Amino acid sequence: MARLAGRIALITGGARGIGRATAELFAAEGARVIATDVGEPSPAFTDPNITFSHLDVASESDWKSVVAGIIVNHGSIDILVNNAGIGGSQAVIDREALVDWNRVVAVNQTGVFLGMREVIPHMRARRRGSIVNFSSIWGISAVAGAAAYHATKGAVRHLTKNAAVTYATDGIRVNSIHPGIVATPMVLDEQPKSVSDAVIAATPMKRMAQPRELAYGCLFLASDESSFVTGAELVIDGGYLAQ
Amino acid sequence: MDSLEGKTAIITGAARGQGAAEARLFVAEGANVVLTDVNVEGAALAAELGERAHFMVHDVADAAAWKAVVAATIGRFSRLDILVNNAGVYRPAPLRDTDEALWDLHYRVNQLGVFLGMRSVLDAMVVSGGGSIINVSSNAGMKNVGGMFAYATSKWAVRGMSKLAATELAPSKIRVNSIHPGLIDTPMLGANDAERMKMFEAMIPLGRVGSVDEVSRLVTFLASDSASYITGAEITIDGGIG
Repeated sequence: MARLAGRIALITGGARGIGRATAELFAAEGARVIATDVGEPSPAFTDPNITFSHLDVASESDWKSVVAGIIVNHGSIDILVNNAGIGGSQAVIDREALVDWNRVVAVNQTGVFLGMREVIPHMRARRRGSIVNFSSIWGISAVAGAAAYHATKGAVRHLTKNAAVTYATDGIRVNSIHPGIVATPMVLDEQPKSVSDAVIAATPMKRMAQPRELAYGCLFLASDESSFVTGAELVIDGGYLAQ
Repeated sequence: MDSLEGKTAIITGAARGQGAAEARLFVAEGANVVLTDVNVEGAALAAELGERAHFMVHDVADAAAWKAVVAATIGRFSRLDILVNNAGVYRPAPLRDTDEALWDLHYRVNQLGVFLGMRSVLDAMVVSGGGSIINVSSNAGMKNVGGMFAYATSKWAVRGMSKLAATELAPSKIRVNSIHPGLIDTPMLGANDAERMKMFEAMIPLGRVGSVDEVSRLVTFLASDSASYITGAEITIDGGIG
């Protein structure tokens, strides 16, 4: 049964990892998906219901042209998944260069703001929309280091609540997802294995999530099945935060 | 919806309201369901739902009754994958007006019942290869909601127990999560006077109370394999109050 039949969904960071898994799942559930990223998906998408567009979420002009293009081609946007994110330098505060800090803020925090700002007027016009913002377990709890990542994910968590309350009466729901450790390129290729091993050891389920396990949560929040859920935090972390 | 094909569930408080809606959706999504309640109206619902539903009269505060429910579930459906601790009582009163009987009622149904339920299903779930437990807490288990001292206390306990159980049971492949409904259109709402209802409704950003079907869909998601990495989570379904 197609749970997103006829819906138009924009997914950032859609070339790989959680974003890619979400794009593929949404398309399989009947959505028309515009997957965006700064780099081309490799391998390319095979599902004809997924279109790839270049979008740097930190770029105001990129957002304007991509969203305008979707409106021209499809008439609306029903679902926005703000999934794009970077780990950045992972530095502690007193070793963080301003340029590195600003880059993480630009992608992880300003990117989410720009995406919502660009899409919300179109959702409000049709009184229908679901926005899913990816925060992190580090937007709720903390470990040492990765200061900018923590700060931006905390911001996403709270901006989500503000948006949920602000646009509730416009028919727009806004929720955040808080992944624990997930088997994505960001973790497998960019994070030191010792760090990943430590997080897995500290996770009650003693394993990483597969990207698909995040995509399913995203699907629930994007679909009408979650019609009374807004301003919620969906933690998908193998029990990490419950400890 | 996420499929529950081949799974067997116990749902407490299933005679009416939210539990009844969960039982309907679970059966529709392919599950076998044992509906339990102190209210015998549940028998008619089980009969209506057909072969894959079975009703038992069940006081959730009675450990021996839990044993019988789990044994009957295995006897009839041969496995146990899902427990929804949905049964609850709500008699709002501030601390000053809460007597021991009112306290005890909330404690026994909302708190002791959830504990006994989780403990009672463990072995059967392990034999089935794991499971999913969904404990129904409340918005009143997330924040300070006045005027319902015993109820809110019991719902905070459910939230805490869910996390403790989630970490303890993760090695057994049993997931445990709590859900936190706000105002939902159930018979329970009738316990609020008009003034309190008005105050509550004004608090909901979405501008309406939720339906039992909406809560059922969240419970189905958590019960299903789609939620395979979700445990110890607390999920609000409250139209934005939380």
